[in-house]
Amino acid sequence: MAHHLQNLYEALSKVDGYIYPNEIELNWSILIVLYPYITGLVAGAFILASLERIFKLHILKPTYGLALLTALAFLIVAPLPLVSHLGKPLRAYEIMITPHLSSAMAIFGFVYLWYLMVVLLLEIWFDYRRDMVIWANESSGLKRLLYKVFSLWTTDISPKSAALDKKIGYIITVIGVPSAFLLHGYVGFIFGSIKANPWWSTVLMPVIFLFSAMVSGIALVMLIYIVLMRIRKQAVDMGCLDTIAKYLFYILIIDFALEGLDQIHRIYEAEESFEALHLLVMGKLFFTLFIMQGLFGIVVPLITLGTLQFYRPGERVRKTIYLIISILILVGIFFMRWNVVIGGQLFSKSFYGYTSFKIGLIGSEGFLMAGVWIVVPFLILSFLLWLLPPWKKKEEELPVHAS
Amino acid sequence: MKKNRSALSRRDFFRAGAIIAGGVAVSSSVATVNGLLFASEPSGGKGKWYGIGIDINKCIGCGKCAHACKLENQVPDDPFYFRSWVEQYTIKTDGTILVESPNGGIDGFSQSVPEEEIFKSFFVPKMCNHCYKSPCTQVCPVGATFDTPEGIVLIDENYCIGCRYCVQACPYGCRYVHPEKKTVDKCTLCIHRLKKGLQPACFEICPTEARIFGDLNDPESSLNSFLKNHTCMVIKPHLNTGSKLFYNALSSEVR
Repeated sequence: MAHHLQNLYEALSKVDGYIYPNEIELNWSILIVLYPYITGLVAGAFILASLERIFKLHILKPTYGLALLTALAFLIVAPLPLVSHLGKPLRAYEIMITPHLSSAMAIFGFVYLWYLMVVLLLEIWFDYRRDMVIWANESSGLKRLLYKVFSLWTTDISPKSAALDKKIGYIITVIGVPSAFLLHGYVGFIFGSIKANPWWSTVLMPVIFLFSAMVSGIALVMLIYIVLMRIRKQAVDMGCLDTIAKYLFYILIIDFALEGLDQIHRIYEAEESFEALHLLVMGKLFFTLFIMQGLFGIVVPLITLGTLQFYRPGERVRKTIYLIISILILVGIFFMRWNVVIGGQLFSKSFYGYTSFKIGLIGSEGFLMAGVWIVVPFLILSFLLWLLPPWKKKEEELPVHAS
Repeated sequence: MKKNRSALSRRDFFRAGAIIAGGVAVSSSVATVNGLLFASEPSGGKGKWYGIGIDINKCIGCGKCAHACKLENQVPDDPFYFRSWVEQYTIKTDGTILVESPNGGIDGFSQSVPEEEIFKSFFVPKMCNHCYKSPCTQVCPVGATFDTPEGIVLIDENYCIGCRYCVQACPYGCRYVHPEKKTVDKCTLCIHRLKKGLQPACFEICPTEARIFGDLNDPESSLNSFLKNHTCMVIKPHLNTGSKLFYNALSSEVR
């Protein structure tokens, strides 16, 4: 409490120009940066998985299961920073019970649950049901119990049931793609619909969020796949990686074009807020926007991946490049979220001044806590990979899917 | 198959076309009748519909309103929590704009710009605009903030989850999170005083009667005569918030 006030007094002494007195405190901090970041990773990973399933890009098979499990691991964590940031976390359930339908935030719970329950869990369940039955028979103890419970005590492993699983899984994926678009486009709308804030209020925001989500999610699966294969001492499937990189390149072009369009539009229209935002971008956001988000997050990956489309160095070099590029993109998209969330609160709605933001090391809104929310999904993913290893799936016994 | 692409005869086609065209023509003529726009929509003309008037020409920047508000409503003392505050605008001769509000104006103001460099200077008291299309109410995910039938925007602190979305949505910076309650707090228009037939504290204390409080539904109210006799303006009209805080002599620099 006293610490909080002390921070505010410090911020008060660092105000540039004039801001409304209530604006000294930044209302949305690092946890709300993580929320669209993590949700975006989910949507992106899922869309990568569905490329294989719906668009029949079978070369992406090695990452299909991994992408689904990654999406699930991050989706489980997605609402946690949000809830822990609330002033009254114990009242969070009110959003579900008495949603105020004119609020863009109110339907988050429903969009989230739809995505978790109807899309991801069902798809993974149908994808793994037969394997879980088989694995339950092969294992013992706790693992056997877990398989039994998670497969809901089904026992049918006939080719007919497997074919049905596959069919239903396909239908769920078809529903899942627009759902993934909805999930993250909707997160963009939460910001884009705030007319009081000119840095957020743009009709492009949901689309920009969606494409940056795809970029980050695909980069995440690429990174996890490379690292995982290294841990398992297996050779990576370069055909798969090259294809992922190709799609990453295409979507990155769209993302860059959209973000560029947004900025060009702002500069050309130069509305009331323009001078204030211009100073913001050239000052307090310069490093995170131009260097971290723009240069490292977009320009360098774009040039590198573009070059790889017609110049192919050896596999080892390509693999290293993909590893570095995926990390750069992940960092870049994190700073994209940062620039939206934090950047949108650094200037006063009077357009006459700026406040400052200092992130602490400890506390529920500090660096360490943010680090925890980043690490937890990886722990969940490790558990999921232990329980449901995609590489142990016994697909070869399945009848060939009619195509 | 292709031959029977449409079962519609030419006659049916023209008949359907005429019906659609006629329907569009009729419905569009109906729509034009309702073309009136209200600056501030009254609540159907019945009951009270509170609004606020502030005469910038009369404000002397004493800061009593901001102080009275803090005392009356137990607003935390620290200089980042205000339901009501006063800003001092100084337009310099070189065109630059200086805005200040030390401690919300509670301790009064001093003019830091030398007399000869001042083009003009004035005070702007600020508070919740009690908008009738309030963006803060729109975005609350649980409906903890709401409009009363009298046009007052309130928060149910037993219901607010503290997500701060409304703080982001208010274009006027009128909301803050109460450091102890952890819920959002804002001007209530001193509804506890209104119920007793008293004026809100900031209005009652104003020594120059720069603040006018009244019922927009009452043609005889002091607010309506203030609006009739002055050229009034709201802040950020382009945001279409339905603000009910009307300023006389509002300079274009004020945001």
